[in-house]
Amino acid sequence: MREKLILTLGSLGTVLMLWVIYRVFLGLPAEILQGDIYRIIFIHVPAAITAYCLYGVAVIASVGFLIKRNFVMDSLAVSCVEVAQVFTLVNLVTGSIWGRIIWGIWWTWDLRLTSQLMCFLLYLGYLLLRPAVSDPTQRGVMSAILAIFAAADIPLVVMAIRLKNVRTQHPQPVLETGGLDPSFVAPFVVSMVALMLIGTALVLIRLQQESTRREIDSLRRELHAV
Amino acid sequence: MDVRNFTYMVYGYSAAWLIIVGFVFLLVSRSRKIDGELKRLKSLVEDRESEPR
Repeated sequence: MREKLILTLGSLGTVLMLWVIYRVFLGLPAEILQGDIYRIIFIHVPAAITAYCLYGVAVIASVGFLIKRNFVMDSLAVSCVEVAQVFTLVNLVTGSIWGRIIWGIWWTWDLRLTSQLMCFLLYLGYLLLRPAVSDPTQRGVMSAILAIFAAADIPLVVMAIRLKNVRTQHPQPVLETGGLDPSFVAPFVVSMVALMLIGTALVLIRLQQESTRREIDSLRRELHAV
Repeated sequence: MDVRNFTYMVYGYSAAWLIIVGFVFLLVSRSRKIDGELKRLKSLVEDRESEPR
């Protein structure tokens, strides 16, 4: 049942993404100032939004683990964080490539970029911390606290381009101000849905691995007991 | 199609898909490793339980 769901979500996400690529590459004209490089927005922004949604689920699952001590919650949190890291990396790399053309540099220590890098590094720390703690309960508690603590950076990333008195090189928000051309809306939304579907499929695969790992741990304990 | 900055756009999309596909391959190889470990442990437990005490 779960395999079918993973396959359906993954296939649907891939088909939608192929439509986005077709639409973005062949259906939209080049932008006057940026040329073709602006098309990166259709993967750069949806990747970031998908990552934030997954970090959000990880935080809820972490709070759930701290309250109920249910290891499925811990597994959900780590699965979401790992997949979110992939999308954050996609966001950072595509943003850097866009910056190379538009700003003439690969990277700048701007508030938006730095806070996003911090978010990536904090959750990388989360993933590196887990194998270092052998006791499952202790590992779950420490991971949950770190996941909640690291999430405090996300509002800073989101607000970095909206704060007054903060000078940033990053483009100003266009989604809520209606600055997005109407012809961009469909590929943008579909790209976001496609990445969410692919992300969910990847989280389900990771969840399955975590459940197998728990089974392995219990078998190891059984072996020691026999 | 205007070809201005086209190459870097291709780099961007290629990098994005390489990262995602790379992660999928990592997941597949990890799944195989975990499943192999599970099978090994299950057969070990069965062997231990069938041994006369």
